[in-house]
Amino acid sequence: MTAATPATTAGRDRATATRLTTALGAAALVGLVVHLVLALGTTPADRVQRDAVRLLYVHVPAAWLAYLAFAVTALGSALYLWRRTRARFWDVAAGAAAELGVLFTALTLALGSIWGRATWGVFWTWDARLTTTALLLVLYLGYLALRRVPADPEVRARRSAIAALVAFVDVPLVHLSVEWWRTLHQEPTFLRRDLDPTIDTSMAVGLWVSVLAYTLVFAWLLVHRFRVAWLEDRLDDHALEAALAERRAEAEVDPELVVSS
Amino acid sequence: MWHDAVVIAGKDLRIEARSRVATNQVVPFALLVLVLFAFALDPDRGVLARASAGLFWVTVLFAAVLAIQRSFAVEADDGARDALRLSGLDPAGIFLGKAVAVALQLLALEACLAVGVYVLYDAPVDGIGLLVLTCLVATAGLAAAGTLYGVLAAGLRVRETLLPLLLLPVVAPVLVAATRAGEAALAGTSSAGWPWVQRLAVVAAVYTAFGNVAFGPLLEES
Repeated sequence: MTAATPATTAGRDRATATRLTTALGAAALVGLVVHLVLALGTTPADRVQRDAVRLLYVHVPAAWLAYLAFAVTALGSALYLWRRTRARFWDVAAGAAAELGVLFTALTLALGSIWGRATWGVFWTWDARLTTTALLLVLYLGYLALRRVPADPEVRARRSAIAALVAFVDVPLVHLSVEWWRTLHQEPTFLRRDLDPTIDTSMAVGLWVSVLAYTLVFAWLLVHRFRVAWLEDRLDDHALEAALAERRAEAEVDPELVVSS
Repeated sequence: MWHDAVVIAGKDLRIEARSRVATNQVVPFALLVLVLFAFALDPDRGVLARASAGLFWVTVLFAAVLAIQRSFAVEADDGARDALRLSGLDPAGIFLGKAVAVALQLLALEACLAVGVYVLYDAPVDGIGLLVLTCLVATAGLAAAGTLYGVLAAGLRVRETLLPLLLLPVVAPVLVAATRAGEAALAGTSSAGWPWVQRLAVVAAVYTAFGNVAFGPLLEES
């Protein structure tokens, strides 16, 4: 056996990419390039919003992915809590998705504020959706903080899963309560009841392409974040086993030696 | 379950009655917050009277965090938590009992605060029935959510800082609805406040149901 072999195996073990995710990443990159061309180039500026409308080609997908990510977190948590599907896999997936959810929620808020400043004249208003999104960010920041508290993996997983489900149940409650209170945000453009989008076709295409491109980016990030978290988990187990083995080795030292020394 | 709840609530309230932490520390703290609001918002401009419902509920939220931390701090010493686990009491009953004890303490606190708001902020008094019902239902929601998160954070070393971060966003709907109902009552338009009480009841029911189911596994583990 050459000295290089273990190193290469270890290298392959550490890598988080497979052929499938490389293809996924490439598709995401292509999607991003097309999205940039459409969003910054070929789509027209809005009559009222002018070039600020181009922010929406990122804002809208980011908001959608934030919701998707939190749905994945809730699903993973529910499947972890359900005895028949309980597996470390679901806990790690829920955590990875929550991190991405927080990232995309923050992105949604930041871009929305900049867009709001350009279009409404203010960075922030206490509109129902804005308020819900801000609370969503804080809720899941709390969830991530809870996940980071050191504990036995099983204990932490169950605790986090329950917290994620409470947060998920809380979102509609928050939304309904603030919606009754105040609403200013744009009416939905795509998901209207009469199924007739109220925007220019090229803008609609641009928006759909950006949603698709960012969803690919999201999938790629999710898979990699999951794999890194999974490896971290295994590393922890490994360190624990090594420490246990050391203690055992200490215990097996000849008792007479210990007495004489 | 109901019997267990009464036992636990009685135990917690007896501890509070004897240790007097709630009366000697939490109530004065809440009144202090009322005074701090008066310092921050110039009393002469009438802001305090107009915002009294909101300030009242924000103060209640802060005090609730303290009450919940206290409720689980008494279980932390002398292996009380293990004793609770081994007692054979129904976890749902333990949850309800602790929530009821917290809720009763908060209701007493709210009564003190209401007097404080009336005296210090010169708030108008109207719609007493609506106000009382709002307090009852909102406190039930607060206590249920608080007890659930209280046991979640109880075993952690960072519980003092983590509990407010976890709890306060979750009880935001309670704050919104209770404040709107309170404003409606004080403005003399009680009919606008009743729908908010219904929503508070929904929130309280959801958190109570959740707590009943989740409390057991959370108590078992840490």
